[in-house]
Amino acid sequence: MSATTKPINQKAWFLVLPVFICVAFSAILPLMTVVNYSVQDIISPERRVFVGVEWFTAVMRDEELHGALLRQLGFSAAVLAVEIPLGIALALSMPAQGWKASAVLVIVALSLLIPWNVVGTIWQIYGRADIGLLGAALQWLGVDYNYTGNATDAWVTVLVMDVWHWTPLVALLCFAGLRSIPDAYYQAARIDGASKLAVFRYIQLPKMRGVLMIAVLLRFMDSFMIYTEPFVLTGGGPGNATTFLSQYLTQKAVGQFDLGPAAAFSLIYFLIILLLCFILYNWMQALGQAEKEPQHG
Amino acid sequence: MARIDLDLAHAYRPNPQSDADYALLPLKMSFEDGGAYALLGPSGCGKTTMLNIISGLLQPSHGTVSYDGRDVTALSPQARNIAQVFQFPVIYDTMTVAENLAFPLKNRGVAPERIKARVGKIAEMLEMSGQLDQRAAGLTADAKQKISLGRGLVREDVSAVLFDEPLTVIDPHLKWQLRRKLKQIHHELKLTLIYVTHDQVEALTFADQIVVMSRGRAVQVGSADALFEKPQHMFVGNFIGSPGMNFLPARFKSSGVIEVAGQDLPLAFGILYQQLEAAREFTLGVRPEYVGLAEAASPGTLRAEVQQVQDIGTYWLLTARVGGQTLKLRLNAQSRPPAPGAEVWLQVLGAHTCFYGRDEQLINVKEGLAA
Repeated sequence: MSATTKPINQKAWFLVLPVFICVAFSAILPLMTVVNYSVQDIISPERRVFVGVEWFTAVMRDEELHGALLRQLGFSAAVLAVEIPLGIALALSMPAQGWKASAVLVIVALSLLIPWNVVGTIWQIYGRADIGLLGAALQWLGVDYNYTGNATDAWVTVLVMDVWHWTPLVALLCFAGLRSIPDAYYQAARIDGASKLAVFRYIQLPKMRGVLMIAVLLRFMDSFMIYTEPFVLTGGGPGNATTFLSQYLTQKAVGQFDLGPAAAFSLIYFLIILLLCFILYNWMQALGQAEKEPQHG
Repeated sequence: MARIDLDLAHAYRPNPQSDADYALLPLKMSFEDGGAYALLGPSGCGKTTMLNIISGLLQPSHGTVSYDGRDVTALSPQARNIAQVFQFPVIYDTMTVAENLAFPLKNRGVAPERIKARVGKIAEMLEMSGQLDQRAAGLTADAKQKISLGRGLVREDVSAVLFDEPLTVIDPHLKWQLRRKLKQIHHELKLTLIYVTHDQVEALTFADQIVVMSRGRAVQVGSADALFEKPQHMFVGNFIGSPGMNFLPARFKSSGVIEVAGQDLPLAFGILYQQLEAAREFTLGVRPEYVGLAEAASPGTLRAEVQQVQDIGTYWLLTARVGGQTLKLRLNAQSRPPAPGAEVWLQVLGAHTCFYGRDEQLINVKEGLAA
């Protein structure tokens, strides 16, 4: 109707140009370079051969990659399974107000300030069977704990490291979610005679849905690209027990300089993350769909 | 159902020294079984504090709460078996309307078929039968508040149902409807209802007995009629009525004459004569409804100048100046009001005129007889 009478002025596109240039240089061009690499065999900077989807086919059939992908999925699942409930429990037991709340918040947030490689180093030393407090103590108790030799020990150590480092993030997010629940809800629950469990199930958990969704997504993406901690601890070993996806990718790209397969794999990696985030997001949205149901009629 | 007696005081800080430290000053009060009460007062007067003490969400710092003579001060709201509805709708997001209504019963282990029957009845009362299987989260604010009301009413054996300004978030036209609903429910279920509000219309239409509160003190308990006709305290006179009572400074001059706002008026020898003589200085209070326009220069009237004439629709509201004081009066919509600037004579002494002492309390007959 009135849209046909609107004056058309294409100059407005120029306003988008600066953003477009920025994004092009920081994201689009590098990505296209990766795409470019993924379909070529780079023998040296001057010599390259177009190979089509050959790298993709090769990467998809790579047994080592399958192993790394499975390990990665298992690790991320374990991270979520431990950190989310633990974070919620932590947030529930934190004092709500007063100086105690501030003190606890600061202490809980401390681990978030430590860089990844330092966390790796801390645990590498802490877990050493000869001089590490944890390792030596376990040895003394008769547990044969040794992350350099035992695959399970190494895997568990990386998991514990991640839990130690990042559960506070989940706890802080949940804490914020809990604090935003009006007092009237708790009062109404007391009047209605609800048990502590019912309060958690019917008030706290539903009200935390939003922050939990963010926590799950953040922790999933972050754990899916874990690199530094296993690298510092054992360099992906023993064997390839802690060789996760990014570890494997780096070995290919930087270690062996197989740029083509590494590029093809990066793209697949990217798509996997995109897909999983999409699934997670939609699943959690569907869980809370009832809340967003259209207002009557 | 129970009779509720309060004999307490409450301060939020330890060791209260002055009156200002108390949220509730020491008071004694009874709520009869099956009565409909309103706690009325401006924000911060202590009415919600009192309600939370009655329900057990708050422990009074001094004194006791008893139900039917049994001391329940230390008991939880659950043990007191009380229901309370809050200012903003509280609903359990993940449940349906029916599950929301059933929640207080389910928590108390009532048999499923009894729950079903009871929920059905309450839903019918609230006209929500068609929405029972809907998710509560998607409903409008007033539907959510109806669920909150329903959760308060669903238990048959509650000691009392307390409402904390429950209609604040409701649209005006639905307010009338819900208030009528509450009144009807009170009639049907014979529950003790205590209703906190700062809206006098709400209080006057809902309750049989109204407790007017000001700064942590219950200044008057009475029916709507009593609050309007004989406010026991200047605060009540001013707070109830729209506009509130007019107050004019007055003093006893000589036998048979009082001076009101600088003008002399003859005072007939009556019941209050001696007390006014004893008080010397006092305040005359008269509601805008009871100020009459008199013939020019007729005896026993105050000369005033009309300042403003407002058309309120059903009546005229006149603002007049009397010796530096402002006085408001209501005139019938049919009458022809005087123009601004005109000189008028006002009749302020009559059967509905109240007198207040320096402590802002009504000077009344009883007090005089005791003296």
